[in-house]
Amino acid sequence: MLEVKNLVKVYDNRVLALDDVSFSVQPGQFLAVIGLSGSGKSTLLRCINRLIEPTSGQIIFNGTDITAAPQEELRRIRRRIGMIFQHFNLVLRSSVLTNTLSGRLGYVNPAWSLLNRFPKEDMQRAKENLERVGIGAKAHVRADALSGGQQQRVGIARALMQNPEILLADEPVASLDPVLAHSIMNILKTLNREDNITVICSLHFLDLVQRYADRAIALNEGKVVFDGLPHEIDDERFREIYGRDAERIG
Amino acid sequence: MNDNKLTPRGNFIRTFLLVIVIVVVFAYGFQVTKINLEEPKEERRQTQLTNVIRALAHPDLTKYETERLAVNVPIMVPCPDTQFTLPDLSQPGPSVTLSAECAEPGSEITVTGTGFEQSDNALIFFVPYKADESDEVQLPLSDDVEIDEQGNFSHVVELKKDRTSENPQKIRVVVNRRSGFPMPSQTVYDTIEKIIETVFLALIATTFGTALSIPVSFLAARNLMIQVTNVFGSLVTVIAIAPIGWFLGSWLFGTIGGWGVNLIVGGEVPATAGLWAPALLLFSVQAMASRGSWAKQLTMLRSYSVGVLGALGVALAWGLVAGLGQVIGLGLANVLGPFAFLGNFLFVISDALAIFLPLVGGLAGLFALVSLAGVPTENMLLRTGETILSKAFVVLMSILAGGVLLGLPAALVTWLYQLSNPMTSIGWPAVIGGALMGILSLAVKVDRPMPTGMIAYYTTRTVLNVLRAIEPLIMAIVFVVWVGIGPFAGVMALMLHTIAALGKLYSEQVENIMLGPIEAVTATGANRLQTIVYAVIPQIVPPYIAFTIYRWDINVRMSTIIGFAGGGGIGFLLQQNLNLLKYRQASVQMIAIAIVVSSLDFISAKIRERII
Repeated sequence: MLEVKNLVKVYDNRVLALDDVSFSVQPGQFLAVIGLSGSGKSTLLRCINRLIEPTSGQIIFNGTDITAAPQEELRRIRRRIGMIFQHFNLVLRSSVLTNTLSGRLGYVNPAWSLLNRFPKEDMQRAKENLERVGIGAKAHVRADALSGGQQQRVGIARALMQNPEILLADEPVASLDPVLAHSIMNILKTLNREDNITVICSLHFLDLVQRYADRAIALNEGKVVFDGLPHEIDDERFREIYGRDAERIG
Repeated sequence: MNDNKLTPRGNFIRTFLLVIVIVVVFAYGFQVTKINLEEPKEERRQTQLTNVIRALAHPDLTKYETERLAVNVPIMVPCPDTQFTLPDLSQPGPSVTLSAECAEPGSEITVTGTGFEQSDNALIFFVPYKADESDEVQLPLSDDVEIDEQGNFSHVVELKKDRTSENPQKIRVVVNRRSGFPMPSQTVYDTIEKIIETVFLALIATTFGTALSIPVSFLAARNLMIQVTNVFGSLVTVIAIAPIGWFLGSWLFGTIGGWGVNLIVGGEVPATAGLWAPALLLFSVQAMASRGSWAKQLTMLRSYSVGVLGALGVALAWGLVAGLGQVIGLGLANVLGPFAFLGNFLFVISDALAIFLPLVGGLAGLFALVSLAGVPTENMLLRTGETILSKAFVVLMSILAGGVLLGLPAALVTWLYQLSNPMTSIGWPAVIGGALMGILSLAVKVDRPMPTGMIAYYTTRTVLNVLRAIEPLIMAIVFVVWVGIGPFAGVMALMLHTIAALGKLYSEQVENIMLGPIEAVTATGANRLQTIVYAVIPQIVPPYIAFTIYRWDINVRMSTIIGFAGGGGIGFLLQQNLNLLKYRQASVQMIAIAIVVSSLDFISAKIRERII
């Protein structure tokens, strides 16, 4: 369903972030992307929905080449791909409900959306999605009044509004405590199983990878150094991915 | 860490030298600023200061109704030889007696009064004999006479030397007695009127200034502008035809809108309108044609034609509305009595609409031609890249663009400095510009991305910085020359400075927004406008409001003194009173300013609490 072919990204200051990355993702998979900070995980995820423009290479989503798509088509592709972020990226001054509804912006009539008017079904769906992630009661609260874990749930609800086929998660739990991290990962796993949403999630901690992911890809300085099952990451592989001096925590 | 540690001795020497330098600098500064404590100690200065402070502490707030009371006492001047009887002029109330019933001219007599009020001010006059009482005059014999606590006074006056008569003349004591309650003085009324003018000055300047500075702030925001790029080929095309678009648009809108205005206001349409009818008819027919194999190529042309027709229709409607507004406004002003200002408001707005018509038309023409030529050119060049045909086209357009780029400033310089030969002073720069651009375009790829956004950014920033450096008081002087002395000049000056200051402050806020929410909203598939409304605007609204309130406070203060430069408002009145040394009146204005500024400060602090 998603094929990444020879993806290269060079930043303006000649930093090579992605070096000939290729892999493919099957529908319904829970794929973890691991690696050191700066190894290219965020860049890879952002290239998939072209928040960052790849320097070269192709990304084929359901047969369509994302990298070559013109602006209008890119919008249509993006609305099928949901994304959640390490720092939640909510609009803090807006209410939880408005933040959630902004997930529908790719689908609704632009004119009405500028006036903050959404169809009734969307309002209903938004409330349901908020219930589903466990914060239905906070619908009318301002986003900056929520805790980190709650904000991430709103981010997930926002992504759910898009009815996505793929959910990109850029270190979704890196800013949360271990208990919260597990609850968020649980939500993602549930969405993966129940709604058949493909999840591509970058993570720091291997215990999360081994608990939740079906498959793992490891990046080191922009190159893919591992592509296989989580339980195959033994100590030797671990050092290959994270470097000679790395030690496992937990 | 800086390992350059000085020894304690070195440290001491350095500090000592620094202190010496500072002392020298300040000593020189005192000299240059002529700080002198001898002058204020002089007695003359002290007296003046005391007077002024006392006057300021005694503002001219009240005035009392006064009643005039006159007490007449007859007297013979000179003393006649024969027996005489004086008429009885006594009345109820205070009475006055003289030390003698007659006296020689130029002699002194004592005037004694009883039954007066201590607060009365008495003046003594000599009233010469007149056969007709209505011809009587009063000749002053004294200044204010003091009346003691018992209501008595005794004053010596010198009789006039030249007023003699055989008939009885009069000594008259005139008293102006306060009656009734104190009323606000004329100064108070004038001050209130001017303060109202001042507050509205600040209000209008801030409102319009804020509204106009929002689009300006987007142009001055680096992070927004850096994303705007166009290819070289389309940029030169747009520059080359922009003037055509402007002049065509402003002429079309001006003419057709003018018909609308004249139709309503004057009731007639110029004969030339008739010439347009067949042309417009043909144009409309062509716009509607959609048959045949040409249909596809014509569709875009057709939609543009319809668009142009629509725009001309808008111009006509605009003119009609402007004319209608003027007529209705004037009519209302006549009918509404005290609310006439509403009618006048309508008239002024409609008049402004009519004046703005060519300007709007110019902008519309510019915009239309830019999108008609610019967007397809950009798309075409991005698709085809550099071919013989596209290169030739771009070179041609570059020559024209170069002509425009040097020709327009040359025209401005010619007008500014009244150069004698426009053909050369405009023609030559245009030719040179065209040649230079033509050569340049040979070297540059047709689809090279040009940072048009950054050009707009730097231009806007420079203009804003220049305008911000000029104090509104100085701007007011220029506007006074253009629109005349009065609050309108003040409004214009404050508005311009507000746009410059807020434009910069707002743009800094736009540059500081968090990119995260923008990323997130874009990732959902939102288009540019939706991203701005959902991710950018919620982040910038609180600081925008804070800055607007801040600017409002400043404008209120500035509006109180912009009258010093002719900008109307209470500053005008204050300056007049200060120049005339009427410190008691000036004190009233100062009090009014203090009250208004502090209460508006208070209100804006409350608003800020609520909203932010």
